[in-house]
Amino acid sequence: MMKTAALLLAGSLALAACASSQNNSSASGSSSSGSSAGGNLKIGVAYDTGGRGDKSFNDSAYAGIQAAVKQHGGKFTELSPNADASNRADLLTQLADQGYNPIIAVGFAYSDVLGGVAKQYPNVTFAQVDGAAAALKTQPAPNNFTGLLFAENEGSFLAGVAAALKTTAGHIGFVGGVDTPLIKKFEAGYIAGAKAVNPKIKIDSQYISPAGDFSGFNDPAKGKIVAAGMYDGGADIVYHAAGGSGLGVFKAAAAANKLAIGVDSDQYQTVGDPALQAVILTSMLKRVDNAVQKFIGDFVDKKVTGGKDVINDLKSDGVGLATSGGKIDDIKTQIDQYRAKIISGEIKVPVTP
Amino acid sequence: MTRLRRVGLALFAPVLAVLVAAVISSAVMAALQVDPVRVFQVMFDFGSTPDEQVTALVVILNRAIPLFLAGLAVAIAFRMGLFNIGVEGQYRLATIVAAAVGAAIVLPGPLHVLVIVLVAMAVGALWAGIVAVLKVTRGVSEVISSIMLNFIALGTASYLLTGPFRGSAPGASIVATKDLPESGWLPGINGVFSALGLVSPPRELYGFLPLAIIAGVAISVLLNRTRFGFDLKASGMSPSAASASGVDARAMVIKTMLLSGAIAGLIGLPDLLGKTHSYTTDFTAGLGFLGIAVALLGRNRPGGIALAALLFAFLDRSLVPLQIASYPASVVTIIQGTIVLAVVIANEIARRIARRQAERSSVLPAAAGPGAGGGGPGTGPTTPADDTDERQGAQA
Repeated sequence: MMKTAALLLAGSLALAACASSQNNSSASGSSSSGSSAGGNLKIGVAYDTGGRGDKSFNDSAYAGIQAAVKQHGGKFTELSPNADASNRADLLTQLADQGYNPIIAVGFAYSDVLGGVAKQYPNVTFAQVDGAAAALKTQPAPNNFTGLLFAENEGSFLAGVAAALKTTAGHIGFVGGVDTPLIKKFEAGYIAGAKAVNPKIKIDSQYISPAGDFSGFNDPAKGKIVAAGMYDGGADIVYHAAGGSGLGVFKAAAAANKLAIGVDSDQYQTVGDPALQAVILTSMLKRVDNAVQKFIGDFVDKKVTGGKDVINDLKSDGVGLATSGGKIDDIKTQIDQYRAKIISGEIKVPVTP
Repeated sequence: MTRLRRVGLALFAPVLAVLVAAVISSAVMAALQVDPVRVFQVMFDFGSTPDEQVTALVVILNRAIPLFLAGLAVAIAFRMGLFNIGVEGQYRLATIVAAAVGAAIVLPGPLHVLVIVLVAMAVGALWAGIVAVLKVTRGVSEVISSIMLNFIALGTASYLLTGPFRGSAPGASIVATKDLPESGWLPGINGVFSALGLVSPPRELYGFLPLAIIAGVAISVLLNRTRFGFDLKASGMSPSAASASGVDARAMVIKTMLLSGAIAGLIGLPDLLGKTHSYTTDFTAGLGFLGIAVALLGRNRPGGIALAALLFAFLDRSLVPLQIASYPASVVTIIQGTIVLAVVIANEIARRIARRQAERSSVLPAAAGPGAGGGGPGTGPTTPADDTDERQGAQA
C-alpha cells in the first residue's frame, strides 16, 4: 500500500517535472501593411520562462513586436524555452538558422548563451531585453548585440511614492518573485521612494523563492500566501515584482480588502477580472513594448549600432506609473514633482536596498 | 526460446507505452485540429544542411547524458525497492560544491577533472546517506525524507551560491560561482564526428559522454555480475527472503543509497565541465525528477535507461522546431506525460503476464486445476523492481 502510494507520488512528481508552462506559445503573427522595409522582415523572439501569457514581462515584449510588425510589415515567430530552460541556446540558433533577423531574447537569463550565439551568427542582429552587454560571457560584446535595459529603480521609486502617499496605516509591503539583483533593484527604488515621502514608514520586504529557484516568478499560490501575511500584519498596500505570482498578490489584496501595485504591464488593463481591478492602485510600467518596438524600428532604418546597451529610464518614458483606474489621480502633482527631480538628477535612486 | 521471451517481455512494456502515448497524443492533436502526421514529421526533421543535422544530434546527446545519469541514479535505488526522490537535491548540492572546489584549486588537467568528479560524487552520496541513516536508525520512509531533503538542499545551494561561494560581480543579474580554471574543463569530443566522416558542428558534444557510458557499464556489471548486485536485487524482490539468506538489509540500504547518491552527484557535471564552467542561479533544474520518468521507462536497466534518455532528449529538442512550425509545444508535454502514465500501466500489465506464465508453468507439473490462476491484484508488494516474476517466467 505504502509502495503504491509512493509510486503514485513519484509519478506525479515526474509529471510535474514534464509539465511546463508553455501556453499558446506559437502563434505566428503576420501582416503586411507594406511600409518602408516591406514584408520581408522576419523577427524571431525567444521568451523567458513562463512564455507568453504571463500578463507581464513576456506579454509586454509581445505587444512591442506586434506594434512593430503593424508599423513595418513582415512577420514574426515566438519561441518559449523548455520547462527547465536548458535549451535557450537552441532557441536562438534555430531562429538564426531559419533566417530570422533581428532576433530578440527576452530576459537576463539569456546572457550566458547570447554572446556565443551572436558570435556564431555575425550577420544576424540580436537584442536582449534586460541584458547588459557587459554581462555576456563573450567579451568584448559582439557588435551585433544590443542590450535593452531599464531603470526599474526609478519607476519603483514612484511606486513607493504613491504607496507612501496612499497608505493610511503607515505600513506597506514589497513582494519580490526571486531573490535576484534585478528584483532587488525594484525593491531599492520602492523603499527609497516611500522613505522620501515618509521617512518613518514601515516596509515589509519578502521574496517568494531564493536565488537559483525561479519558481517564484510563476507561483501565484505562494504569492498569495506571502502577501496575505503582510496584509494580516498591518500593511495596506503591497507592491509586487513577481511576474506571474503577482496574480496571487492581487487575490490576497482582494481577500483582505486592501490595495496592491502591479508591475511591468498596466496590470489594471491586463488582469481581466473586475474584482482584482478594484485592488490595483497603479502599476509600475516597464515599457518593454516601447523598447522592443523602437529597437525594431532602428533595425529597419539601419540605425542599430550594437555592442552596447540602450537604457530606458524615466526621461525616455522607458519606465513610469500607470494611471488606469484613476486611483492615483489625486496625487498626480506630487508624483510628477518626484519624477522631475529624478529626471533632473536632483534625486539619485539607489539600485540596491 | 526462453531468452527470446525474456527480451520480448522486457521490451513489451516500454514499446507499448510509447505506442499508446503516440496514439493518445495523436488523438488529442486531432481533437485540437492539429495534423498529427505533420507534427511527427516536424519532430523528425533535423534540418536541411549537414551542419544543422549534426547540431541536432549533438543537442539530443548533450541533453540525454544528464538524463541518463539521473535515470541511473533513480534506478539503482529502485532495484532495491527504494524510492530515491531526492536525486534532485543531491545533484544540485553536489554540483555547486564541486564547482566551488574545482574553482578553488589548480591541478593538471585530468587530475583536476577527477577531483571535481569525486567531490560531486561524495557530496551526492553524503546527502543520500542522510536518507539511508534516517531509514535504518529511525525507520523514516525514504520517500518522505528524500523529498524534504530536496527543499533543504535547494535552500542550502542557494545560500552557498549567494554567500560563501559567490564568484560573480556584485549586482550581476546571474549569480554564479567562480569559473573553473581551464584545467578543470572537459573539452568537447567533436572529433568523433570527423572520425565518422560527418561535419563538425558549431556545438560541442560533451566530453562527459564516455564517462557516462563507463558509469552505465559499471552499474550494469555491478548489478548483474557481483555479489553486491545480487544482494541488492534480492533485497528489492523480497526483503524477508534476502535477510533470511544472510543479507544485512540495513547495510544494503545504506550502501545502495550511497551509490545512488554518488551517481546523482554526476548529473550536473556534463553541463558544468562542458559548458557553463560555473554553477549559476540559472543552472538546469528538475533533472532529478525527470530521472524518475526516465528510469520507469527504461525499466531500471542501464540499457533501457539510455534509450529512454535519448527518447526524452529527442522530444525535448523537437520543442523548438515545433514552435517554429507554429505547432503548440504542449504537444511534447502531452507525449511525455502520457508516456509516463502509459509506462506505469504497461509495466503492471507485463508483470501480470509474467506472473501468470510463471504460475501456469509451476502449477502444470503438479497437474493442478485452473484454480491457482487467481493470484489477484493487491497481493504482495508492488515494488518497481518488477522483474521478480519476469525471472521466474524466464526460468520456466
